[in-house]
Amino acid sequence: MMKNKQRSEPVVPDVHKTIKAAFEAFDYESNNRVDVREIGTIIYSLGCFPTQADLHDKNSRDSPVQVEDQTGCINLEKFLPAMTKVLMEHKFPSVPEDLLLQAFEVLDKENKGYLEPEQLAKYMTQEGELFTQEEMDEMLTALADHENNRVYYKDLLNQWTIDPDM
Amino acid sequence: MGCGVSKSDQFHKGSRKAVTTIRSAVLIQRWYRQYIARTEMKRRYTWHIFQSIEYSGEQAQIKLYNFLGYLMDNFTPASNERNLISHIFRENEVCRDAEWERYFCYKNIEVPEIYSGPHLTFPLTVEQAVGLVEAFRNKKQLHSRYVLQLLLETWRQLRMLPNINRISTCQSKEITICGDLHGQLDDLLLIFYKNDMPSLENPYVFNGDFVDRGKDSIEILLILFSFLLVYPSEVHLNRGNHEDHIINLRYGFTKEVLTKYKLHGKRILKLLQKIFSWLPLATVIDQKVLVLHGGISDTTDLAILARVDRHNYVSALRPPKKRHQSSAGMSIDSDMDLDTSCRHKSFLRQNSLAFLKPINRQSFQNRSLQDFSDRLKVSAVEEVEISGRRRSILDKDINPPENERTAAASSESLNSLTVVDEWKQILDLLWSDPMTQDGCVPNEVRGGGCYWGPDVTEDFLNRHNLQLIIRSHECKQEGYEFCHNRKVLTLFSASNYYDVGSNRGAYVKLGPDLVPYLIQYQASSMIRELTVRQSAGRTERSALKVLREQVFAHKSDLLCAIKRFDRNNTGLVCVSDWASAVESVMHLGLPWRMLRSQLVPGKIHGGMIDYHEWFNELAIKGVNADHIDQSLLETLYRHRSTLETIFRIVDYDNSGFISIEDFQQTWKLLSVYLKMEITDDTIADLIVTIDRNQDGSIDIEEFMEAFRLTDKKSRLERGRSMFMGTATDLTKLDGDPNI
Repeated sequence: MMKNKQRSEPVVPDVHKTIKAAFEAFDYESNNRVDVREIGTIIYSLGCFPTQADLHDKNSRDSPVQVEDQTGCINLEKFLPAMTKVLMEHKFPSVPEDLLLQAFEVLDKENKGYLEPEQLAKYMTQEGELFTQEEMDEMLTALADHENNRVYYKDLLNQWTIDPDM
Repeated sequence: MGCGVSKSDQFHKGSRKAVTTIRSAVLIQRWYRQYIARTEMKRRYTWHIFQSIEYSGEQAQIKLYNFLGYLMDNFTPASNERNLISHIFRENEVCRDAEWERYFCYKNIEVPEIYSGPHLTFPLTVEQAVGLVEAFRNKKQLHSRYVLQLLLETWRQLRMLPNINRISTCQSKEITICGDLHGQLDDLLLIFYKNDMPSLENPYVFNGDFVDRGKDSIEILLILFSFLLVYPSEVHLNRGNHEDHIINLRYGFTKEVLTKYKLHGKRILKLLQKIFSWLPLATVIDQKVLVLHGGISDTTDLAILARVDRHNYVSALRPPKKRHQSSAGMSIDSDMDLDTSCRHKSFLRQNSLAFLKPINRQSFQNRSLQDFSDRLKVSAVEEVEISGRRRSILDKDINPPENERTAAASSESLNSLTVVDEWKQILDLLWSDPMTQDGCVPNEVRGGGCYWGPDVTEDFLNRHNLQLIIRSHECKQEGYEFCHNRKVLTLFSASNYYDVGSNRGAYVKLGPDLVPYLIQYQASSMIRELTVRQSAGRTERSALKVLREQVFAHKSDLLCAIKRFDRNNTGLVCVSDWASAVESVMHLGLPWRMLRSQLVPGKIHGGMIDYHEWFNELAIKGVNADHIDQSLLETLYRHRSTLETIFRIVDYDNSGFISIEDFQQTWKLLSVYLKMEITDDTIADLIVTIDRNQDGSIDIEEFMEAFRLTDKKSRLERGRSMFMGTATDLTKLDGDPNI
């Protein structure tokens, strides 16, 4: 395998190691299997932004999620090549920060610079890829400014920078 | 589309807006889910960091103990080195009950007028026990006179208890079971707050590991013992692997007692040694639920456990010495055994440390307690022969009948051979952990006990007609965890164990239906104000601080390993090679690439790490440490827990000081253990550095101060370094701006 150390493009053996490390964090029995319900977390933590549809897509040939066997588990052997392809081809690209900001601004119809928790909750649980109540509660606990009960989205975006080097 | 607002335009705008809203929602949802996933990943490896360092610390302690045991067995009684450490292997010299009570007499200890803590009168009443809890909540300390008195009463009580307590949930009483507390008084207070204190209607089982690591271990013990005395049928205590004076030397309990009780601490500790050995081993509820601290193995047999003389096992790490019966029928703890049997042992070597052959150092360092027991099997047989000979000399005057003597001798030989089995039973009970795979294998990570699988659980439960095992011993993020098809429940009651926000604690209530009902909690006023994100971040920073210290402690080895990837000496390696090098040295099995950005704060130059810059970021700041060889400092830093433990062992009278002479002997010991050359000159240098007031004695605390890690980042972090310090250190760290 040719390694050009000057480029910052991902190199396959490195990618394999990264995927394995993430996989192993959920491989409780050390038998190279993870519960399919955890696979979303793994894919996200590898820097991808799949949609819910992507995560449940069992039909597309290259989907990393299609490899479910009868036990409801995904095997590393099959996950590894599929996920490698995903990473090399940037299949589920991340959302750039400015786009996210725009997204929040769309929801903030009155341009207040913040969202009321109820507003956010309404969107998250009724539109798009719906949040469960549990997810919503957790999000509000994490995001809302407890003093004045508002979600200051601009600050959040600044603070929650995604580490590009994964 | 044209300009101007027509009806159709408005419609399109509206629907476009609706689409945009949905798309925005989707983006936000996706972004948020991604963030949570990464937080979860970080939480897992943070956990992994703490746990692997914790267990390797336990393993280190066992290795140290084995090393010292090896020394004990292989050097003449007169040798200096042996004298330094022999006292920790000595069972209590005072033997008969009357002599015991005299030794621990509290009666001449005066309680001064200014003492503002609680006064105890015996027999203890429930009001006093409750008062004690209140006093400790208000940070009072119980006077040593009352401590000794309380401990003596506790000892008397414990001696009456069987190895296995059998209790029942009769009259629809619910039994509350608590796991490890580890000196965290806040958690015990929280449990009492949520669940009321023990009473006739409110029975409790406390499942071991009451002490070590936390700063209020003695207070927890005193509270538990008080309630044991007041409600002997309702309060049950199981022994944990930390109810062991050898472990306490490393993990802070010894230090805590000596610091809080400067005058009588030593006596208190000695009495506690005895008490720990008398703690029951397990509790069975309604003949169906087994509660014990660690776990089981494929050889665990409750019948054997019920029969053992549990008090022979003062420390679970070493099998009991040979016992011989006196003519009065009482068993005598005797020091003489060790010396006389040593003289007869064929493999005794007349050596001092200076002549220790290098071949053997390797073997005892790698040995786990399993290997140790094999060695014992051989010597047990020899010991029977020796004691047989000895007995006949001693019994000449007494003239027991012929057949009785031979019968006694042969049953003794039987008993001796089962000493090993008995010991293993207890070791497994206190140290084992469950695993997901079937089978039963030695627990190499901890160094004692086994890993046991679901098949072993199944078999064990069937054989003993039980339905559930409740155990503790392992920290769990939610405070509890079921495994083995819900037949094993791990219960951990020390919340925020690794750091604030790391985990919840839990206790379980069991009614007549024997269905476990779990209650979780987290003791910290701080934690409630932190958001999920913030508390996870804190724990992560703390774990990383600990990890950075570990990494630094292996600097030389790391440099070597990294250089192998940098043949051209560019000073740079790629992240991948860096990760491989680090794992090859640290052996912690962590996702180094994920941790890279936290461990190597400098910039990456095109995907490459400047490793010299990385190492320079870390430095030891110490008392005139500059003139001391860096690699020596590093080795000492790496082993500072071991070093401190050895010091505490050598400091026989627990004064906190050791003489220069003993200090030199300690270094010789350490140099053998660590396979490292320390010249007399180096030691002299160290002494000059440390004995600042030149009074011929070394202050242990002062010495340990010399080895603190500072690096630019960690100064800003107030995370607790739980595994490098001991209980008192933690409180010191709070105020220290240099940490």
